[in-house]
Amino acid sequence: MAILIYGLVNSIILILAALGFSLTFGLSKVANFAHGGLYLFAGFAAWLLHKRLDLPYSVAILVSIVLTSLLGALIYRFILQRVRGIELAEVIATFAMGVAIIETFRSLGFVTFEFNLPPFVKGGTRILGVAIDYQRLFIIGVGLLLAILLWVFTHHTKIGLALRGIAQDEHTALTLGIESDWAAMLSVAIGSALTAVAALTILPLGIISIDLGYEVLLIAVAVSVLGGLESTAGLVVGGLILGYSRVIAADVLGTQWQTVVYLVAIVLVLAIRPSGLFGKFKELEERV
Amino acid sequence: MSAAYRKERLDRGIKARSDDIFALASYRELLYLIGPRAALIGGLLIFPLLRDIIGLVWLNVMLTACSIALLALSWDLLASVGLVSLGQAMFFGVGGYIAGYLNDAYRVPPLLTIPIATVLGALVCTAILYPVLRLRGIYFALITLTLPLLFQRLIEATKILGGTEGLSALDPLPETTVVVYIAIAAVLITLFGFRRLINSDYGLVLKGIRDNDRSVIAAGINISWYKAQAVFLAALPGTFAGALLTHQLQFVGILAFTANYSILPLASTMIGGVGTFAGAMLGALTLVPISELFRGFGTWRVVFYSVILVIFIVGLPEGIFHYVQRQYHQFERRAPLSGDK
Amino acid sequence: MSAVPILAVDRLHKRFSGIGAVYDVSFELEEGAALGIIGPNGSGKTTLVNLITGFVRPTSGRVFFRGKDITHLMPHERVGLGIARSFQMVRPFYNLPTFKNLIIPLYSPRARRIKGGEYGNRDEVAIHLLEEVGFERDSQVPYKMASNLPHGYLKRLELARCLALEPEVLILDELFSGMSLSEIASLLPLIEKIREQGTTLIMVEHRLRELFRIVKEVIVLNFGEKIAEGAPPEVIGMENVRKAYLGTEVGASA
Repeated sequence: MAILIYGLVNSIILILAALGFSLTFGLSKVANFAHGGLYLFAGFAAWLLHKRLDLPYSVAILVSIVLTSLLGALIYRFILQRVRGIELAEVIATFAMGVAIIETFRSLGFVTFEFNLPPFVKGGTRILGVAIDYQRLFIIGVGLLLAILLWVFTHHTKIGLALRGIAQDEHTALTLGIESDWAAMLSVAIGSALTAVAALTILPLGIISIDLGYEVLLIAVAVSVLGGLESTAGLVVGGLILGYSRVIAADVLGTQWQTVVYLVAIVLVLAIRPSGLFGKFKELEERV
Repeated sequence: MSAAYRKERLDRGIKARSDDIFALASYRELLYLIGPRAALIGGLLIFPLLRDIIGLVWLNVMLTACSIALLALSWDLLASVGLVSLGQAMFFGVGGYIAGYLNDAYRVPPLLTIPIATVLGALVCTAILYPVLRLRGIYFALITLTLPLLFQRLIEATKILGGTEGLSALDPLPETTVVVYIAIAAVLITLFGFRRLINSDYGLVLKGIRDNDRSVIAAGINISWYKAQAVFLAALPGTFAGALLTHQLQFVGILAFTANYSILPLASTMIGGVGTFAGAMLGALTLVPISELFRGFGTWRVVFYSVILVIFIVGLPEGIFHYVQRQYHQFERRAPLSGDK
Repeated sequence: MSAVPILAVDRLHKRFSGIGAVYDVSFELEEGAALGIIGPNGSGKTTLVNLITGFVRPTSGRVFFRGKDITHLMPHERVGLGIARSFQMVRPFYNLPTFKNLIIPLYSPRARRIKGGEYGNRDEVAIHLLEEVGFERDSQVPYKMASNLPHGYLKRLELARCLALEPEVLILDELFSGMSLSEIASLLPLIEKIREQGTTLIMVEHRLRELFRIVKEVIVLNFGEKIAEGAPPEVIGMENVRKAYLGTEVGASA
C-alpha cells in the first residue's frame, strides 16, 4: 500500500521534472539540454529572493518563474537560434550551457545544507493508512493540473496548435504566416517556466543539491525516451513506469539502485523500441 | 556607408606555388609546407626528454593531455561519420577497467593487458552501441551521454570490479618518460592514421554517410555496418588511453567514467576545428596544460570550458585550427567592387 | 530467358499514419522490358518506387526479384541484387567534385564485385562513366564541385550514379523533370543503349510524349490505386485515365 502511494508521488515528481523538457521538444523540436541548469536556477533564484532579499515567499516564487522563463528565452535567442536545425549542435550547446550554469552555482559555493526551500504547507496526514505530507499531496495536485492544462493548451488553443504545427512542418507553417523563431523562443520560455514550477514544487522536499541539476536532465531524458519524445500520454505513462520502478527498486534492492533504473530504462528502450512507447517517429528506414 | 570594397581571400604566393608537388622549386617552399608540422612533431618528441627542466608534474600533465588528445581524435572520427558522442568517457573507462580487471584477477602483465584491453574494449563498446546506429543521430548522442553514468552507477550498486573503491595496486609501467613517449607515439599514429583514412575512398564513404546517408544507402552500402566500423576504429585510441592510464596510476575506479573525459575532448575538438584531426590534437594539447595552470580555480574551469564550447559552436564553428590555417595560407585584402578598377 | 518475371509486385499496400498512399498494387515485369509508371501528382508513384526499392516498408504485400521474396531486404541489399533507382529530388554530395560523387557507388560491394578497381582506377572509371552520360570529354565540368552543376548535369550525374552499380533493374524517378526537350532528346540514345544491354527499365514520368518513345507498357496510378495497365496508345484512350489526369489538373502538364 505504501508502495502504491509513494510510487504515485514519485511518478508525478518525475513527470513534473520532465515536463518542461518534453514540452519544449514537442512544441518546437528544440531539445533544451540546459533543462537541469534551469531547474537549479529556479530553485536558487527563489532562495535568494526569499532568504537574501526578504521577499515574501509567494512573490519570490513568481519572480523566480519569470526569471527562469527569461533565462530560457535568452538561451534560445543567443545560442539556439544560431544553430537552429543542426540538431546535434543544439544538444551540445544547450548541454554545455546547462553545465556552465550548474557548475557556476557549485563554484559560487551554493553547496551547503542551508540551501533549502520551505514547503508551502507544513504537516501531513494519513491516506489509506500511509503517512504522507501535504507538500507531496500538493505536488500530485500540481502535476495533474499542469498535465491537463498542457493537454488543453497544445490541443485546443490557437497558440498551442500553431506551435505544434511548426514542429510538424516548418515550411507549411511559415507559409501560413507563423513566425518560426518567435514561436520557438516562446516554447522554450514556456518550457523553462514549467521547469521552474516543477523545481519550486519539488525542491522543498529536500535541500537544493547541485547534482540534482544533472539528475533532472537524466530524468527528463529517461521519461521522454521511454514514453516517446513527442507524446503527452507517453510522458505520463513513462513517468508512472519509472516512478514505480524506482520505488520498487529502492525497496527490494536498495537505494543505490534508483539511478540505475533510469539508465537501464534509457538503454533498453533505445535498443528495443527507440521511438518509445507512444512515440511518433518511425525508425530510420522510413524516411526518404 | 555600404561597402565600397569587398573582402576577398587570396592564397599567398608561396602556397599557390607549393600546392603542386612538382612546383617545389626551393627549400623555402619546402620549409613552408613542412615547417609547422615538423616543428610540432619535433617539439612533441623532444618534450619528454626535458623532464629535468620541466618536472615530473608537467610530464604527467603531458600524459593526461595525450589521453585527452586520443579521445578527441576519436571524437573527430565519429563526427566525420555523423555520430556525435557525448560520452567519450565510456571508451576510456571500458579500456581502463578491462586492463585493470585482467591485471587484478589474473595477474596478466601490462604488456598484454593494454593491447587486449584496447581491442577487446573497442569490440565491447561497438557491440553496445551497435543497436543505436540504425537510428537518428540524436539517439546516439543520448545513449553516449547515458552509458558512462550507467556504468558508474552499476559498478557502485553491484560492487563488482572493486565497487566504489576500484581496483588498486595494479602493476606499474616503466618510468614516466617512457610512458609519455608511448602516449605521444599513440597520438601521432592515430592522427596520421585517421587522416589517411578520411582522405581515402573509404573516408569518402564515411563522410558521405554523414552528409547524405540516403545517397549512400542508394549506392548499395550498408551504412550501419560502416558506422560500426567507424565506432570500432574510434574506440581504439580511447580504450588504449584508458588502459595506459590505468597502469600508470596503478589504479582504476569509477572516476574513469567521469564527465571530464567526455567534455574535455569535445571542447578540444570544437576549439581546434572539427574534421581536421590535427585540430583535435592541438586543442587537447593546449586545453589540458592551460587547465592545469589554472588548477587553483577548481570547478570554475569546467564553467570556462563549457562557455568556450558554446562560444565556439555558435560563433566559430570552424575552430581555431581552420582559422589559423586560413591565415597561414591566405591573406585578406579589400578589393574594389566591380565598376572601380 | 527464364519465364520468371525479373520483378514482381504483389498487392503492395502502404498506409502512412492512417493515410493510404498505395493500395493493393500488383504487376509483373519481364526481364529486359521497359515499363512506365504514370499518374497525376500525389498518386503514389514515388511511394511505389520506395516500396520496391526498400526505402519504405509496406503495410502489406510483397516484392519479388527473380522469384525470390525480397520484401524484407534492406534497401542496400536490394541494390546489391541489382535494383538501382534515381531520386526525384536529386541531392548529390555537394562538397565533392562531380566525379568524386561516383566513388561512393563504385565502392559498394556490388560495384566492386563487378567492376573491380583499386584507388587509382576508381577515379578513372568515374570519369569514364560521366562521359558515358554525356559530360563532354576533356572538359572541366567533371572536376567542378557538384554544387555548381546546372540542373541538366545534375540529372546526368544521378543517372551515372545508377549506372555505376551496373543494375539489372533501373528505376528512374522523373528523370526528365526540369529538363528541356533538347536535353531529353540527347539522353534518349543513352537510355536505348541501356535497354539494349538487357537492363530492365522502369520510368516514372510526367513527360508522357517523351516517355512513350521509350516504353512499350505503362501502368497508371491514381490515388494510390492501379487504374490501368497496357500499351500507351490504349491506356491514353481509357476513360478513367483521362478523368484521373484532367480531373485533378486543369491543362494537364506534359
